[in-house]
Amino acid sequence: MDDLLADFLTETGEALAECDTALVRLEQAPDDNATLGQIFRLVHTIKGTCGFLGLPRLEKVAHAAENLLGRFRDGLLSATPERITLVLRALDVIRLIVAGLEKAQAEPEGDDGALIEALDAACRGQDAAPAMAVPAAPHEPPADQGAADGGVAANTIRVHVDVLEDLMTLASELVLTRNQLLQLARREENSSFAVPLQRLSHITSALQEGVMKTRMQPIGNAWAKLPRLVRDLARDVGKKIELVQQGADTELDRQVLELIKDPLTHMVRNSGDHGLETPEQRRAAGKPETGRITLNALHEGGYIIIEIADDGRGLQMDRIRAKVIANGLATEAELAAMTDQQIQQFIFRPGFSTAANVTSVSGRGVGMDVVRTNIEKIGGTIELRSVAGRGSTFTIKIPLTLAIVAALIVEAGGERFAIPQISVVELVRAGAGRDTAIERIGETPVLRLRDRLLPLVSLRKLLALDQPTAVDAGENYIVVAQVGPHGFGIIVDRVFDTEEIVVKPVAPILRHLTLFSGNTILGDGSVIMILDPNGIARATGIGTGRAAVAPPAPAVVPSIERTTLLLFRAGDATPKAVPLGLIARLENVARDRMEHAGGTTVIQYRCRLMKLIAMPGIDQAAATQSVLVFADGNRTMGLMVDAILDVVDDRLQIERSADRPGLLGTAIIAGRATDVLDAGYWLRQAYSDWFERTDARRDPHARPRLLVVEDSQFFRDLLAPLLTGSGYEVITARNGAAALRLRDQGLMVDCIISDIEMPELDGFAFLRAVRQGGAWAALPAIALSSRTQPADLATGREAGFTDHVAKNDRDAVLAAVAGALRLPQELAA
Amino acid sequence: MKMSAALSFAARAKADAGADVFVTLTIAGQRCGIPVGNVRDVLREQAITRIPLAPSEVAGSLNLRGRIVTAIDLRSRLGLAPAATRRMSVVVELAGELYSLLVDEVGEVIGLPKGGIEENPSTLDPLWRQVTRGIHRLDGGLLAVLDVARLLDVRPAPGH
Repeated sequence: MDDLLADFLTETGEALAECDTALVRLEQAPDDNATLGQIFRLVHTIKGTCGFLGLPRLEKVAHAAENLLGRFRDGLLSATPERITLVLRALDVIRLIVAGLEKAQAEPEGDDGALIEALDAACRGQDAAPAMAVPAAPHEPPADQGAADGGVAANTIRVHVDVLEDLMTLASELVLTRNQLLQLARREENSSFAVPLQRLSHITSALQEGVMKTRMQPIGNAWAKLPRLVRDLARDVGKKIELVQQGADTELDRQVLELIKDPLTHMVRNSGDHGLETPEQRRAAGKPETGRITLNALHEGGYIIIEIADDGRGLQMDRIRAKVIANGLATEAELAAMTDQQIQQFIFRPGFSTAANVTSVSGRGVGMDVVRTNIEKIGGTIELRSVAGRGSTFTIKIPLTLAIVAALIVEAGGERFAIPQISVVELVRAGAGRDTAIERIGETPVLRLRDRLLPLVSLRKLLALDQPTAVDAGENYIVVAQVGPHGFGIIVDRVFDTEEIVVKPVAPILRHLTLFSGNTILGDGSVIMILDPNGIARATGIGTGRAAVAPPAPAVVPSIERTTLLLFRAGDATPKAVPLGLIARLENVARDRMEHAGGTTVIQYRCRLMKLIAMPGIDQAAATQSVLVFADGNRTMGLMVDAILDVVDDRLQIERSADRPGLLGTAIIAGRATDVLDAGYWLRQAYSDWFERTDARRDPHARPRLLVVEDSQFFRDLLAPLLTGSGYEVITARNGAAALRLRDQGLMVDCIISDIEMPELDGFAFLRAVRQGGAWAALPAIALSSRTQPADLATGREAGFTDHVAKNDRDAVLAAVAGALRLPQELAA
Repeated sequence: MKMSAALSFAARAKADAGADVFVTLTIAGQRCGIPVGNVRDVLREQAITRIPLAPSEVAGSLNLRGRIVTAIDLRSRLGLAPAATRRMSVVVELAGELYSLLVDEVGEVIGLPKGGIEENPSTLDPLWRQVTRGIHRLDGGLLAVLDVARLLDVRPAPGH
């Protein structure tokens, strides 16, 4: 293709996208002169260039559109939606012609008479000026408007993406070669190469970083077409829709950007078409007529988070149910046993669309399953949250770039593997005779790590590598990895260095191996496979709860955080579950060590007495008893159960049941109905009389009083006993508003602990209200959240929080409270 | 490297003569041919990294001048017993990816008349038939012409 023409096509494509966005903006603010000027210039440039290139059809259409725009700009006509639609139609024709040009390198045949007539009529019609009197288009944009958004172009050049891709590959190869050289140089001391090599190394790193930067693009590029799309959609379906974009300048790798463009478009379209109601419906529901779709992008760690939210009707459960049954995905009885969250997941199934009518816009059954597949293909996740009448939010999390990563090199079964550093939390050396030793629950190896039980995965076993005779018994290294909110340990034989590696995709015939994310060449020239911690977690059931058998329930319920759960049996056959994080240790207690005094059972445990509580109906005849040890503050309590079954990760979604003391309710865990232990209840069983003992030595009024603001009953039930157990008086409130009512009733506390995400009044707003005055204005306040990224911390500090701790971290919560009250921290040994 | 230069030279020389040009190789005594157009290199024994859980035909991967090449053991692919001797390999390209085919021995480059290829005998072992395009009769015996795409159509091992 002619270079000139190629450049024109690229430029025109960009200009058209820009025009679309600007026109929609103009429609909302018809007096925005800067926007108008921008559109005028863009169309004018298109017209001017095609005249130069000899493209008469294109020129005529552009000219007519330019005339109308000129009228707007000169204030002779106002930019009404009808007129804007006309201009947009002209842009569409231009786009059509450009597409034809691209294909055939000549203008396609066609008659634009009607459109041009309509444009001319619009020019004339409103002000009765004869068509001939249309002012000649100025050949230079007015200087004042040009200043607003010129400038950038002078500092940029256009480079073909292929060139950048090649550069990236070369830079990656250079990194590998540099690594090889460094490895060679390490063997030779006092080599005269050392200094220049060091310099080469720095330059390589800088180069690599620079090339990476060229690939970064603002996500706004992927959104550019959306305002137009939403506008057209709104007209087509007779809705009023406002599109809000936040964080459009958030940058990510263009390769990733390309891959999420289509899923994003699809989801926005879905939100507008299915999610939002008609103006009448919205009025009836007491909402503003204009529905809102919010796009939000932000960086979090090595990831970018994209949210697509609407304030519409939420997912229509009855329709989903009907469709599930109609498609035979589940029976009515199965559906009845599922929570709304679980049922919502069906929208990610192939061929699932609930739109009653197939519209031109969406509802063609190619939907969310494709979106999910595309996002998972690039190592991302998608989650869904929907509230009836309030709207739905999709949250997408994807890696920033797919190119170079730091990796830890490990060995298992005589083979070396790379583990991306980003998911490695720490390294632990475990072995017989050490403080840290690998133990087993049933067949599951676990590690006690700082009063936590960490599920372990043997790499050797997982990869079916040679098994030496003493399986996992000798010295081992454990790579503690983090996948989402879940920690787990990978047992390896040896740990080497960390190396920067270039992730190369594996050959197509190996793509089905989900445990590997790629392969690479190490500094010594050997090929090495890169392990994918996500894949390992999936394969072993960590973070999914669907290890071996496919559960009857729908596969995933992504909108609730997963919790690592200990499964056990006590009394009846129904498995019981308790969050592993609450448990300090698991013990097998010999029956003859138990002592009975005054109706309670105790044992001597770590030089103290530990009270044992039996779950009802358990078998107390065997020589040893399985005991779950809870430790809070300096007190310990043992809960006697029949048998420890397993450790799994699953989403804890509890169907509450009121009439069973000691159990919070039932949840589907690893595909089975499971009773969830009310840890608070059992701790209270042990603590109630322990308090009397400890409090006798203390002035009861000296106990600091804490206010826990938390909307989840579950977390309130977990936190309250933990804190009371540590010697605090605890008052709970359901949300910020309820807490403020307590303040207004004159309640005084010593410290506030508040969740962030709560209905009615969230944690940030609540604390801002607290800080504004009143009795609590100067209290220490701890934010309790699952989000502990720097940005969240900053927002928390701004709102007035003095500290910020992760929700599930018992020790951190206690430490933060102690810190806030300046009390010496008492922790179990 | 010398080998590849020789390859391309031979290929050019013989393609002119209106013949199909093959790189010949031996697997468990059977002479086979691979169209020279597919072949990128011929290697002596290489250090190969094992790939856990890979299909059994995949011997591993190796580093060929900075590119990662997946090694396929043709003995395993054709259901034959593993070789006791040191192996050579032929590097082929398919859809932009390099694969190294492990064979017992790599022979010479020969040109054979285009029309000389005969259909597979119907009694040919199914594994062989799957990957064999046809047979050439040579003076010293038969030459099975292997289809590279079909050789590399390795199905994931069951269970993974």
